[in-house]
Amino acid sequence: MSDPMAEIRASFFIECEELLEALQDGLAAMEGGDNDPETINVCFRAVHSMKGGAGAFGLEQLVRFAHRYETVMDEVRSGRLVPNSDAMVLFFRAADVLSDIVRASRDGDTMDDATIEAVLSELEALAGGAVAAEEEEEPADFQPMTLSLDFRAPPSLGADDPWTIRFEPMRELFASGNEPQHLLRALAALGKADVRCELDAVPLLDALDPEGAYLSWTIVLESPSSEDDIREVFDFVDGICTLTISGGSGAALPSLIDLPDTVPDDAESDTSESSGVGLPDRAVAGAPRITLTEPEEPQAEALLAEGPPMAENAPKPEGTPQSTNAPEPTKAKAPPAKPAGAEMGAKATAASQPKPTVRVDLDRIDRLVNLVGELVINQAMLSQSVQEANIPSNSPVSQGLEEFMQLTRDIQDSVMMIRAQPVKSLFQRMSRIVREASSAVNKRVRLVTDGEATEVDKTVIERLADPLTHMIRNAVDHGLESSDSRLAAGKSEEGLVTLTAAHRSGRVVIEVSDDGGGINRERVRQIAESKGLIPEGLAMSDGEIDNLLFLPGFSTAKQLSDLSGRGVGMDVVRSSIQELGGRISISSDPGKGTTFSISLPLTLAVLDGMVVSAAGETLVVPLGSIVETLSLRDNEIRSIGPGANVLHIRDSFVPLLDLAVALGYRSAPETYEGSVVLLITQEDGTRAALIVDTIEEQRQVVIKGLQDSYGHVPGIAAATILGDGQIALILDPVDLMSQFNTRTGAVNNTIELAG
Amino acid sequence: MGLQILAVDDSRTIRDMLKMALGQAGFDTNLAEDGLHGLEVLSGLTPDAIITDINMPRMDGFGFIEAVRSQPKHRATPILVLTTESAPELKARARAAGATGWIVKPFDPDKLVRALNTVAGPGAA
Repeated sequence: MSDPMAEIRASFFIECEELLEALQDGLAAMEGGDNDPETINVCFRAVHSMKGGAGAFGLEQLVRFAHRYETVMDEVRSGRLVPNSDAMVLFFRAADVLSDIVRASRDGDTMDDATIEAVLSELEALAGGAVAAEEEEEPADFQPMTLSLDFRAPPSLGADDPWTIRFEPMRELFASGNEPQHLLRALAALGKADVRCELDAVPLLDALDPEGAYLSWTIVLESPSSEDDIREVFDFVDGICTLTISGGSGAALPSLIDLPDTVPDDAESDTSESSGVGLPDRAVAGAPRITLTEPEEPQAEALLAEGPPMAENAPKPEGTPQSTNAPEPTKAKAPPAKPAGAEMGAKATAASQPKPTVRVDLDRIDRLVNLVGELVINQAMLSQSVQEANIPSNSPVSQGLEEFMQLTRDIQDSVMMIRAQPVKSLFQRMSRIVREASSAVNKRVRLVTDGEATEVDKTVIERLADPLTHMIRNAVDHGLESSDSRLAAGKSEEGLVTLTAAHRSGRVVIEVSDDGGGINRERVRQIAESKGLIPEGLAMSDGEIDNLLFLPGFSTAKQLSDLSGRGVGMDVVRSSIQELGGRISISSDPGKGTTFSISLPLTLAVLDGMVVSAAGETLVVPLGSIVETLSLRDNEIRSIGPGANVLHIRDSFVPLLDLAVALGYRSAPETYEGSVVLLITQEDGTRAALIVDTIEEQRQVVIKGLQDSYGHVPGIAAATILGDGQIALILDPVDLMSQFNTRTGAVNNTIELAG
Repeated sequence: MGLQILAVDDSRTIRDMLKMALGQAGFDTNLAEDGLHGLEVLSGLTPDAIITDINMPRMDGFGFIEAVRSQPKHRATPILVLTTESAPELKARARAAGATGWIVKPFDPDKLVRALNTVAGPGAA
């Protein structure tokens, strides 16, 4: 962190990610038919900026690729190239390669050249001659900069021969903001310079154009520098001045011939200036005193009143009458003009400038999140003590505590919002997965995304990438049919994969769906049976068959294609989702497609929970999953087999589970009369009922993970610390119910019809 | 005190690098993210020199230079163009817009400082 360059480098790669995102957006917009020239401009600038930064860090591979990519984009930008759909595919691929190069560069790797070359040559072919033509000059453009430091190093050949430089600015030189004084000073930095100003051309005052160029200079420079060095000084004024350089090591003689020419001028100018140099021999004597400012400023300003360009350079207010008069009106005029400009600017800012943001080290936020977690616990303990002290609820202490609770909750929400990020970046990565997967299996696939702005905890987003990638690959590989079968089924050849995100009742629901053939349940069943995952001939609902896909060691593809067979099955997807406190469900419609739905908590840090007790144990049930609580009557319970009961509620039956029994705290009691039932709902709408002894309270709890210590415990999501310091387990009721359902076989779905 | 510089570039990386390079040279650096922003920042400044990128959103470098030059106060303020392209026509266009000089990206900090001194003098130091 101490090295500023390393910091800038790190920040460069962050910027690259943003630029890649902008590039993706732009390309997607273009693909969608956006013809706004600004769209291609944004893409161009994104690539261009990456190139610019990459050059600074010597990331040659990145520079080279970005340069050619940019060249093609420039063709599009200028309208010389109208990208067709093939070109767009190539642009997307190039963006993918570019992001690979960025990442490789960041990690200090180099990319495999073959991949890069393949895309580069395609880009080149697309751009036609443009790339090839530019190729010639481009390397030369980049080289001088990296070498420029060494430019001065080589000692020159004939150190003793002075250079004679004649410098005659044109009018345009002043208009471009150049200043002879500074040029001469830069020249003098090369060695011993004797500068003489020639005033011959200066007309009488009434004929004088204040902005005209009347002065010229002759400089005798004793310097080891080469002619190139000298020309470099005048690089910016090349073409807007007359510059002749003679002398030096190569041409001592011409310089001598040149010099006498200037002598008469010098003699004259001598009289008007103090530097007292005229003849070449005297010039050497006078050289140590490089009087660069004198020949110029008094002359140019006081004597000649060069006009605004010069006057501006002299900040002193006491100038000649002309120069004071000139700036004054402009200064007076300027202020009214400025606010108008600023206003316009401000308006534009509001319209198009992104909101100002602060980038903060993630550690700091995590610290804040932890502290807020502690605050919540602390507040809970305080509430408990107040309660135990029997303080009446209308006392100021209780009321203050109430407000404190509200504030705590607000702080917590705000802190969580800091960690939240839109899922957009994740979705963008998925569009790449779709491109790669579809080309690997030769299917035409379009990805449609929705709800990209949905915000989810940063950690959740990061840990969602792998499972989502796998699901997308599955959708392309297994979900969608081949083009032929699609056409035969009367669908469009192009398969559709939809990726959506939305907030739903305090959770985030992400869905991956395809418009493919749906799950072939018969085959799924056969496979599960043949692999011994289920007993043969078991009566199963469609939903249960679909869920077989999540069993470890399941694969439906007849052949392992390139995409599948990577050792990752849906079971792994499910467990990674569960680790995030999420659930995954599946629904499939034969001939129409399949949808995987992931439901995730908004945050991994806190949870609204209902504190319940079962057989003397305190447990927390996530509030989001509870739809209803009711007290139980024995006559509402129907037994459907040993240890399997259902609850009769409002003309339907839902599976009933005694929490204390399920967790092994006790055996089933004689009667449940008066017990409390929590009605739990899943994302897919199926319900279940949990029996508990009592409901203690409803409160926010801070999630303390158990994963690290115990791994995944079925039915248990995490643990928390309650107000009295007691540790309570947080249930995952849906997982708990699914355990129960597996034990009792096909219960829920078949029974539900009854009524 | 060194020169006061206004640097306009849409790339954060380049801005960071300019700030570092100019800061090390003892210059007072003001940054802006694009042409329009540059004009806003400029309205509160009288910089000794301006550095600007060409490819920028909202208002590009050419537009920015023209807008700066059209203000009487900044008719002669030296403006250096920071560009990845050094094609002669680009230089010509920059000059036509009123640029004083150009620096090719990636820039060498020493050279940048030297160029600034060439167009704006050594400052008050």
